[in-house]
Amino acid sequence: MEVRLSVLAVPDKFFVHGEPVARRASRVAPHGIFLGTKREHNGRMTRDSPYDRVIRLSDRRCGSAGRSGSSACLPGGEVLQEALPVHAADASATALILASLSGARRPVLWVADRMSRRENGLLYTPGLRRLRPFGSILHVEVNHPRDVLWAMEEGAACGGLSAVVGEIHGAPSVLSFTATKRLALRAEASGVPVWLIRSADPAGLSAARARWRVSARPSDAHPHDPGAPGGPVWEADLFRARARPPGRWKVHHDPSASEPADRLRMVSRSADGSLEGDRAERSDGTRT
Amino acid sequence: MQKDRTVPGHDVPVVLATDGAHGPVVHAASAAARARDVHIGARVADAQAIHPDLHVEPADPDGDAAMLDRLALWARRWCPWTARDGAEGIVLDTTGAAHLFGGEAALLRDMADRFAMQGLTARLAMAPTRGAAQAMARHGAAFGICAAGEVEKAIAPLPVGALRLDAETVRLLDRLGLRTVGALGAVPRTALMRRFAGLAADRNPLVLLDRATGRLPDPLNAPADRARRIVRTRLAEPVMDAAPHLAELAARLCTDLSDAGEGARLLRLTVYRIDGDCRSSDVATACASREPDHLLRLLHGRLDRIDPGFGFDLLTLEVLRVEPLDAGQPGLDGARDPDADVSALLDRLTARLGPDRVRWSAWRQSHVPERVERRVPALGAVPADPPDPARERPVRLLDPAEEVRVIYAVPEGPPARFVWRRVEFDVLRREGPERIAPEWWCDRPGTRLRDYYKVEVRDGRRFWIYREGLAQDGRGGAPRWFLHGAFA
Repeated sequence: MEVRLSVLAVPDKFFVHGEPVARRASRVAPHGIFLGTKREHNGRMTRDSPYDRVIRLSDRRCGSAGRSGSSACLPGGEVLQEALPVHAADASATALILASLSGARRPVLWVADRMSRRENGLLYTPGLRRLRPFGSILHVEVNHPRDVLWAMEEGAACGGLSAVVGEIHGAPSVLSFTATKRLALRAEASGVPVWLIRSADPAGLSAARARWRVSARPSDAHPHDPGAPGGPVWEADLFRARARPPGRWKVHHDPSASEPADRLRMVSRSADGSLEGDRAERSDGTRT
Repeated sequence: MQKDRTVPGHDVPVVLATDGAHGPVVHAASAAARARDVHIGARVADAQAIHPDLHVEPADPDGDAAMLDRLALWARRWCPWTARDGAEGIVLDTTGAAHLFGGEAALLRDMADRFAMQGLTARLAMAPTRGAAQAMARHGAAFGICAAGEVEKAIAPLPVGALRLDAETVRLLDRLGLRTVGALGAVPRTALMRRFAGLAADRNPLVLLDRATGRLPDPLNAPADRARRIVRTRLAEPVMDAAPHLAELAARLCTDLSDAGEGARLLRLTVYRIDGDCRSSDVATACASREPDHLLRLLHGRLDRIDPGFGFDLLTLEVLRVEPLDAGQPGLDGARDPDADVSALLDRLTARLGPDRVRWSAWRQSHVPERVERRVPALGAVPADPPDPARERPVRLLDPAEEVRVIYAVPEGPPARFVWRRVEFDVLRREGPERIAPEWWCDRPGTRLRDYYKVEVRDGRRFWIYREGLAQDGRGGAPRWFLHGAFA
């Protein structure tokens, strides 16, 4: 079985495209690692990324405490992923997906059925400024989930897109295991990341390579006003994944980071909400 | 042309107005208006002061030009070479065509009759050179026919402006005392050449005079008819399903387009049914294309919308709109062009779902949140960069906003607790208000202002809610509250 690794985190002897990282130092941040194209390295297959990205190593690895494993658990990378908002009309799943797309320049296909638009609202582009940069969004607004799946399959087969995001409300019968399997195969063939937002869904069967439960958490402190909500915080619960251990993370979004990939800061949490200590040992992405 | 508008009678003076430096000026005047001494170029306000019953309509120069273009093509019934001439004329090269209509005079009469049948008044003249015909039609007698060798004599009494000189040159010649073409022709050529050496050929009086008298060539450049790109398949027996024949049609059409260096933007597939009826379906593309496979996939999506009746025996595929498309060089690495991929995706989505379902965002300047973004059909539009709002905006916007019941400190306090979709929320943190006033230039009178609050509830969700109106603003009763969106 092919092992798909999110990140190869060996900064002291890391090779990109067969040459030492030091030669490409201009493209690699301090304590950074580089996601190159799919290749055999140390006998393992590194995960490919459609866009060259530098992802910071966890601060803990760099000496500071408090966070762990941020690089190994970033959403994105897998071909078909699902995000299940815990509450209705919660924009955290939308924002998390868009934040993980940050840095991509090609257009994003955004497909939504009628019930999603009515229950969760329309995607409001002026509000996405903090999540940018990503490509312009092509909105496809259809009535039936069947058309959402069709449009997503068409988009997943198109190599010119940076991502395909589909929204389906409820658990319609057309959204079966077979439908998600088709989507996953299409996305695997083309390499376009595909996200499915399933709101008000009891998490039925799915062939998605990673399934996240996303909810909003009380926000960070506002820098000037203690009574006002500050930077967004989300909780991302990876409850099923094919190539990595499941886990829960508290996700902070920091739009001031220079590299788009640095903007998501993920703090590992255990089931009871406390910070988890030993998860960092697995942050190099190996399967335990 | 607006059909439902009442057309004023012939005795009512009508002028067309266009924007001038100091208000509207007369662009064109009807015969009744000219009889009342309304000059072209006069200010409409002055003309209306003198003639209160003057009927003023806005001029439409682009529409006039399009109409003249169509008329020029229609005029090819008399001769093969026709072209629009300036903003108000058509020039026809009738060389070798007059005898078909019984001579030159009969040809002119036929033209006048046929223009009159369309409700158009035409001033006609015929001359051996284009310049002379232009001058005589505008300034000479009606139905003037100038025989070969009499050109100079025919145009001599006409004013110099008949040579299509610009106003500045005409004024200069007028100051020099040269008011007619004959007077201009009497001046020694060397003197004219020296005096107007710096002028371009289309403004130079000597060049224009030589063109009118035939000393210099003045060929007519007639626009060619656009070739129709249409392919047909005739079937021996009527069939019900067009799918097996589409591949061949698309391949033939794309070969034609490839030979012409063109690509299709709008296609029409028509089936001619055996009951004499025909059904058609249009397919548009986001950018010019002549790939048979791509067009075929688009057409396959439309087949179920064509009712074949009892069968059809003729299929046509026609390109209604073409664009030039040069042959592209595919990359040596075999990689596909991502832009072409996206436009092909746009075509497929639009062909199946309809143009109003596949859209880019477009923006306009407004403070009212739901007016900032609107969606435009992706075919024929390009994505634009979004605006930078001064304050944070929600990621999702409910349309329309949903009313919520709110507990707040009367009259203008922030929200403390609210009920939305039958769930009660405690507001733990809030930011605001941000006041957005109604836009008086487009809102209905009585529209109330909005005070927006960003609130965070206990489970961490961040909403955008607003109070519509103030307690004593005189625009309704107690303020109402709405939930308008959700923040990241």
